[in-house]
Amino acid sequence: MSESPVATETPLADERVTKTSPLQKLLLRPELGALVGAIGIYVFFFAVADPFRSLDAFSTIMYSSSTIGIMAVGVALLMIGGEFDLSAGVAVTTSALTASLFSYEFSTNVWVGIFVALAVALAIGFFNGYLVMKTKIPSFLITLGTFLMLQGANLAVTKLLTGQVASRNISDMDGFGLADAIFASDFSIAGTTFRISIVWWLVFVAIATWLLLRTKVGNWIYAVGGDAESARAVGVPVVKTKIGLFMGVGFLAWFAGMHLLFTFNSVQSGEGVGNEFIFIIAAVIGGCLLTGGYGTAIGAAIGAFIYGMTEKGIVYAGWNPDWVKFFLGVMLLLATVTNLWVRNRASRS
Amino acid sequence: MKNTRTSSALVALAAVAVLGLAACSGSGGKQEEEKASGGNNAAVADTPRVKIAMITHEAPGDTFWDLIRKGAEAAAAKDNVELIYSNDPQAPKQASLIQTAIDSDVDAIATTLSNPDALGPVVQKAVEAGIPVVEFNAGVDSWEDTGALMYFGQDETVAGQAVGERLNEEGAKNAMCVIQEQGQVQLEARCAGVEETFSGKTQKLYVNGRDMPSVGSNIEAKLAQDKTIDRVVTLGAPFALAAVQSVEGAGSSAQVVTFDTNADLVAAIEAGDVQWAIDQQPYLQGYEAIDSLWLYLTNGNIIGGGEAVLTGPSFIDQENIDTVAEYAKRGTR
Repeated sequence: MSESPVATETPLADERVTKTSPLQKLLLRPELGALVGAIGIYVFFFAVADPFRSLDAFSTIMYSSSTIGIMAVGVALLMIGGEFDLSAGVAVTTSALTASLFSYEFSTNVWVGIFVALAVALAIGFFNGYLVMKTKIPSFLITLGTFLMLQGANLAVTKLLTGQVASRNISDMDGFGLADAIFASDFSIAGTTFRISIVWWLVFVAIATWLLLRTKVGNWIYAVGGDAESARAVGVPVVKTKIGLFMGVGFLAWFAGMHLLFTFNSVQSGEGVGNEFIFIIAAVIGGCLLTGGYGTAIGAAIGAFIYGMTEKGIVYAGWNPDWVKFFLGVMLLLATVTNLWVRNRASRS
Repeated sequence: MKNTRTSSALVALAAVAVLGLAACSGSGGKQEEEKASGGNNAAVADTPRVKIAMITHEAPGDTFWDLIRKGAEAAAAKDNVELIYSNDPQAPKQASLIQTAIDSDVDAIATTLSNPDALGPVVQKAVEAGIPVVEFNAGVDSWEDTGALMYFGQDETVAGQAVGERLNEEGAKNAMCVIQEQGQVQLEARCAGVEETFSGKTQKLYVNGRDMPSVGSNIEAKLAQDKTIDRVVTLGAPFALAAVQSVEGAGSSAQVVTFDTNADLVAAIEAGDVQWAIDQQPYLQGYEAIDSLWLYLTNGNIIGGGEAVLTGPSFIDQENIDTVAEYAKRGTR
């Protein structure tokens, strides 16, 4: 190799690799805007709503956030990978119904139903992912189909097996105690009761963050969401990654479904409709782009927290209940605008 | 690669199978239901087979409507009626379902009048086409104007007023009325009825009835916001059961009372978790709607003498729960 003439000159700093200050690095994080929004809303409700200030209220808000947040983790990862899952909301109900109906109808230990439900939830994820990858039809349409199919099946199968539209109460069956302890128990810190789902939520966020930032798979997820063709060209297993992401949503839907089942002992077959959008909203508020390739799991967690906090904050503030939805919309819009503003400021400075 | 995957799948399958064999539940489940099963198997009428369409505003998956349908199906089976059931919670779509029934030339129509303005004209069309119509469950104020023959149901406002009066008797001061679907006329009428007669403070809380964890945590938040709330009034059995947990979670001393029942709720009243339920006998509504049409078609009978036939309100509490509990387990109360 001949020596390059440039190398002999005094090395000039390349403007492409110019150093960014640590502060700017922080400001450029996708979740920062959401964090600012979350703090803003927290301070706001802290100021206007007396009961909002208690630790009990914080526990309630965290619980509410966790029920959205657990699913938002999977949905955010999927969105970073460039796909949607509209069946995520009813898949939670499907999982809960499967576990409950299976163990009830066959009078088995509850845990048998739980594992059957896991298999079903993963199969739904696989089905979504496989169809999206094989047909190349946008996931929005494929999962819209599965959303409607599951919604119908939830009702029809429940009705067929039990003769009514809710699953039967399974709280007196073997194995319920342990499952209840894992999926739906409480614990106390400083006299305040917290739900176990909060812990699981944080665990899932931590795992997803580690997966995204520290593993090869994480790089694959960003790559397939950014540009699937280029990703394939450099050897990323695009099909496997995307199917895996759909199955990840399936897994979390199973988990959320088990929480639903063991909290209320029986499940209404019409539940979960509309939640798919709340999961997506949480991911987007948290900095995920609708176009894929960008976002974080922590951001989605903050998004879920903003949603949970706003929903409950309005109740704590005691505002006219007729206007709740309106206020919820205003708050979410404010959070999103703050998010955008912070990001624009950060990238300009 | 492929082989190891197949074999690990086999191992997993085998593990599930073994778990399945060794994992029968010692209590609960279908096995107990089967031991307890029974039912009313009456003989079938020898009248000619007729086709009756039943159209409701049921939101799919609501336990309350189960009971209405079961009542209707029981009457249909007994009266040799072919029952065609359809439903849609949105009034314009329910109207088009009624139109579909007219087009398919049914012998009679039973419908809920959930929104008189939207459904009235199409019901009148059915009447003009010579199809006898019976209304039930919703529309107690305007059923006569639509040309319907009979009405079976309860007046939601009257039911709400009865709740308010009972709360007065109990000395309650501050009641929270939990509405699971914002803007639903019947639900709003119930809370308005409570507010009319209740001498204490009545406040409303809207929750998303399709997301139970959110229902629970919203009730909990409201109980924390206003600690003087001493009664939680829910408008459906599943929400009462969620409210029981919320009251516990919020460390509140409020009591839970509710409209409507299901099997779990009856058990909750037995256990004292829910104080009482106001019942409108949905099974009876569904049964009478079909049975009365059969009587009209086969014998020209009309029930009620031009007045609405009220199926409620009546209270279910610990005193009379025993008579209801047996039927609730069977899924008909």
